[in-house]
Amino acid sequence: MMNTQRGIEIVVGFFVLAGIVALLVLTLKWSDFGTSSVSGYTVSAQFDNIGGLTDRSPIKLAGVTIGRVSHIRIDPKTFEAVVTMVIGSQYNNLPKDSFASIYTAGLLGAQYIEISPGGDTQVLKNGDKITMTQSAVVLEKIISKFLFNKAAEK
Amino acid sequence: MNRVFIALFNGLAALGQGVLSAAAHTGQLFLFTGQLMGRLLPAWTRPKLIVQEIYAIGVLSLVIIVISGGFVGLVLGLQGYNILSKFNATESLGVMVALSLVRELGPVVTALLFAGRAGSAVTAEIALMKTTEQLSAMEMMAVDPLRRVIAPRFWGAVIAMPLLAGLFSLVGIMGGYFIGVLVLGVDSASYWGQIQQQMQPMDDVMNGVIKSLVFGAVIGLVAVFEGFNAEPTSLGISRATTRTVVLSSLLVLGLDFILTAWMFGA
Repeated sequence: MMNTQRGIEIVVGFFVLAGIVALLVLTLKWSDFGTSSVSGYTVSAQFDNIGGLTDRSPIKLAGVTIGRVSHIRIDPKTFEAVVTMVIGSQYNNLPKDSFASIYTAGLLGAQYIEISPGGDTQVLKNGDKITMTQSAVVLEKIISKFLFNKAAEK
Repeated sequence: MNRVFIALFNGLAALGQGVLSAAAHTGQLFLFTGQLMGRLLPAWTRPKLIVQEIYAIGVLSLVIIVISGGFVGLVLGLQGYNILSKFNATESLGVMVALSLVRELGPVVTALLFAGRAGSAVTAEIALMKTTEQLSAMEMMAVDPLRRVIAPRFWGAVIAMPLLAGLFSLVGIMGGYFIGVLVLGVDSASYWGQIQQQMQPMDDVMNGVIKSLVFGAVIGLVAVFEGFNAEPTSLGISRATTRTVVLSSLLVLGLDFILTAWMFGA
């Protein structure tokens, strides 16, 4: 330290900078946190309706997280949602005819994709497409179906 | 019969005296605020004084703010996990911790700690300056104490508060991450991902910053006012310090309700 006044000025400058950085970090969209750990191969699947699925939603196999949703877009021809997912490279023996369905964790939880393995001897590889899918369950649709059935019974 | 009347009138007099002195105190506060307003910008002609006060008020409060923020985050993480796991919604832990901190706990808890740590110190310092007639001595030398002593301290509080509140929230979110993700096993990507999706930078963070600016101004104003108007005795200094902490804490909590109703209310 050259002298106390100079030292105080440096410390204050550091404090102001740290505070501003903290506010900026809070303002940022946290975009890169938690994604860096995902590495593996990419698979895509088409769904009629993805419900509340978002980027970084988990991909689960028997309830264990094995990957992440990396990208969601609309197929311009079929108007279906195309979900691209990254699956960890150690899970490279998933059968090609595996089934992907969207479920909700609990009543209020976030949505995720559950993979049910099929029986094919060929395995999913980078860039492959899962053809058999089940869309997110929309609660209102089920309720209205149930009500219509009830009405029809009478 | 006479005695009853006398007791009654004594009670009335005490009530009236209380109201009058409260009114006088409030009036003094407004007059003082008006005088201070005129000195706020001229105080920037000597920025080194303000830097000095940011150090005394802000940097020296860092330790208590960062430690408290960490513990508040840890507790929020634990409590939130307990509640959210009942609904199988622990993925939302991150956003719950982050929003409670950025919207409410960051500004309010920081302000309360700040009033106790820095506000009381400012009041005691100014009150002692007044008691030892340093302020009068300045006036004798044609130095304006409002500009030389009071305004820099006010600026110090206004500048330091939002920065401290931001650090508090950030450390708290880290604390929630530590307990939620590293200890209790919440999914790390969900913790950050939900924060990313649900937190609105402009609404949530800016409202937190506005709140902490307002709290900083209120605490700074109360602290310098109570110090400046303290009775020049040792008892007066102790009373002024107590009043600073009590009054600014109450004002912070009351204003927080008004600001929240204005920002997030219907």
